[in-house]
Amino acid sequence: MSLWQKHAIFEKNSIVLLIGILIVVAIGGLVEIVPLFYLKNTIEKVDGMRPYTPLELAGRDIYVREGCYLCHSQMIRPLRDEVERYGHYSLAAESMYDHPFQWGSERQGPDLARIGGKYSDDWHRDHLRDPRSVVPGSIMPDYGFLEQTDLDYSHIDQNLRVQAELGTPYTKQDIADAKKDIVTQTTADSPDAGDLAKRYPKVNVRDFDGDPKRITEADALIAYLQTLGTFVDFKLYNDKANIR
Amino acid sequence: MANALAPTKRMTIGEGGAALTFVALAFLTLVIAARAYTPGYAFHAYLFCAASVAAVFAIFNRYFSRPAAPTPLVIDGKPNYNLGPIKFASVAAMFWGIAAFAVGVYIALELSFPALNIEPWFNFGRMRPLHTSAAIFAFGGNVLLATSFYVVQRTCRARLAGDLAPWFVILGYNFFIVIAGTGYLLGITHSKEYAEPEWYADILLVAVWVVYLLVFLGTLMRRTEPHIYVANWFYLAFIVTIAVLVLGNNAAVPVSIFSPKSYIVWAGVQDAMVQWWYGHNAVGFFLTAGFLAIMYYFIPKRAERPVYSYRLSIIHFWALIFLYIWAGPHHLHYTALPDWAQTLGMTFSIMLWMPSWGGMINGIMTLSGAWDKLRTDPVLRMMVVSVAFYGMSTFEGPMMSVRIVNSLSHYTNWTIGHVHSGALGWVAYVSFGALYCLIPWLWNRRLYSLKLVNWHFWISTIGIVLYITSMWVAGILQGLMWRAYTSLGFLEYSFVETVEAMHPFYVIRAIGGILFLIGALVMAFNLWKTVTSAEEAAPERTVLVPAE
Repeated sequence: MSLWQKHAIFEKNSIVLLIGILIVVAIGGLVEIVPLFYLKNTIEKVDGMRPYTPLELAGRDIYVREGCYLCHSQMIRPLRDEVERYGHYSLAAESMYDHPFQWGSERQGPDLARIGGKYSDDWHRDHLRDPRSVVPGSIMPDYGFLEQTDLDYSHIDQNLRVQAELGTPYTKQDIADAKKDIVTQTTADSPDAGDLAKRYPKVNVRDFDGDPKRITEADALIAYLQTLGTFVDFKLYNDKANIR
Repeated sequence: MANALAPTKRMTIGEGGAALTFVALAFLTLVIAARAYTPGYAFHAYLFCAASVAAVFAIFNRYFSRPAAPTPLVIDGKPNYNLGPIKFASVAAMFWGIAAFAVGVYIALELSFPALNIEPWFNFGRMRPLHTSAAIFAFGGNVLLATSFYVVQRTCRARLAGDLAPWFVILGYNFFIVIAGTGYLLGITHSKEYAEPEWYADILLVAVWVVYLLVFLGTLMRRTEPHIYVANWFYLAFIVTIAVLVLGNNAAVPVSIFSPKSYIVWAGVQDAMVQWWYGHNAVGFFLTAGFLAIMYYFIPKRAERPVYSYRLSIIHFWALIFLYIWAGPHHLHYTALPDWAQTLGMTFSIMLWMPSWGGMINGIMTLSGAWDKLRTDPVLRMMVVSVAFYGMSTFEGPMMSVRIVNSLSHYTNWTIGHVHSGALGWVAYVSFGALYCLIPWLWNRRLYSLKLVNWHFWISTIGIVLYITSMWVAGILQGLMWRAYTSLGFLEYSFVETVEAMHPFYVIRAIGGILFLIGALVMAFNLWKTVTSAEEAAPERTVLVPAE
């Protein structure tokens, strides 16, 4: 019996065909995905990575909601021009707490992996309100509604709790104080800033959108943008130690 | 036992169970609507509630108007084919196709003229998933549902399995599309490319998909033909693999049952790998395997020739589904994904070229002895050109997956051009061809005008050419400008200069899109006139010669 005739078993039994398909399509996915969870060198060992503060997380949720990743990548490749344009190439460790990842696949706008600290809060506010007021050639949509919309953080502790369940190292206190932490982070010279900075090193504590009376979605988004790529100190980072 | 002459009418377990489930769902969603965290989510809960109530009414309405005896599977020795759900899906496909192309044109114009963004609902970031989902899942999905239900019945010579189930699949799927699309505009999204719908839309999709698989398998099991036809292998692989991919990639924990927000279980680099394992195989199994099934049925049928090579179709099938699943990491070249995974992705992507071209050869060579029909039948021409586009983009794809090429092409408009040579040239054209065949068959009418098909073909072909050539030039220009250095060793262009350089190409691309949209409108008119014409088609129909 030739091999071709043996194929009849698949053509005459729908369940055999189904099982055959399942086995054949399972192999590639298993080989490529499963090792990423147990090979220790998948995520580099670095100092400085921490979970997002509740305000930054709320800002990230807005980034996700608006689909920013469709035009802005957050993944600097180790190519000469990218490193010179954007900064040190991105590490896997830098997105280890990102549910979901926002590396993106298109650059209608520039990469944002290291946008944190490059521009002032005022620049970001003006740029979100009217991108062409600060970058005349920009094709970005206006996001003026963000600074006019109060941030809804009435359930932010639940967001942190879910993240903790998924493995992000938020403590019980982080979750319990989540709403308070949002007020603290948006209040310049807040007396609780020291406690916040202890739990979230390098945290920026100030009013972000230029209107200290309200906590708006622009506050949250700018707080998130200002942290991007700032956690790992590349003066201390030894890339030889993490060769993969 | 009921009297054989006058059977008493009883509600079936399926009808009763479905009605009860929908009543329960209506109450549950009403409670959710009342306590929802966001107005957008409340709106969706009300939509679910209204759809559930409508489903209950539809089930009872159907029960009261149907005869007491179950629908016969065979009438006069011929299978009693179930065509109602197929008619609905093929009309839905045409509707969503035009919606998808129109939104595509709009977002192309947004990139050319940013003042067209209307915040917050119609900003590019919310509109772009609407375009991609409408094109892939609404248009492509309805074409796949319609053709798979048609092909599986015809090639098995058996009525579609299930009574309410096929309707649940079609209506449930289209309701999912409405929830997903309105969700994007309201800012309800995972922001994972091509997997944007949030957790509750995903649950609906999984329910629909499981029933879809059962209906399809049930029909295969009912078949009166000894062999399962090759098109059905591809449909089955598409249905099963998409189920696996969707479950893996959308694994998420909702913040609360009252919140539309969920967090994906995976994070960072693992999430990236899972995403592109899903993303590339949404291309491989949704946009390729499913549409290859269409090719394997509609091209032989229309050309009245058997499939070119039965053995090639076996190799094509197994090699394609085995190799495709590995190709995902080529979306992540030079990223923080470990190199071993990138290398695997590139290697298998290059190997994938072979089965892809095997399939293309099998499709095109099916015309052996019938090449003259390319001149006389614009519907067949459209399908053959689609296979040629398939060959072109499955050559371009492996080339772009080579790391050194990818270092230039990644993040640029070249990728957009590549996607559209596949999406417009291959997927949309083979879909158009299938609908031009299917709609006259379903309504038993003659196609209104072949001349209009010819117009459609040429208008949209010019559109595709404008689209892909402008995006190739734009993408390569963009990639070269990003890496250009001055003689002193500084980067030559600021980022915004590269954005400004894109403008003329974006305008040309939008014109290409407008032409493609016009072509689709011509098609819709043609099909409308076909369905509403009074004249019935002549009963002649040639029988498909088996592939062996």
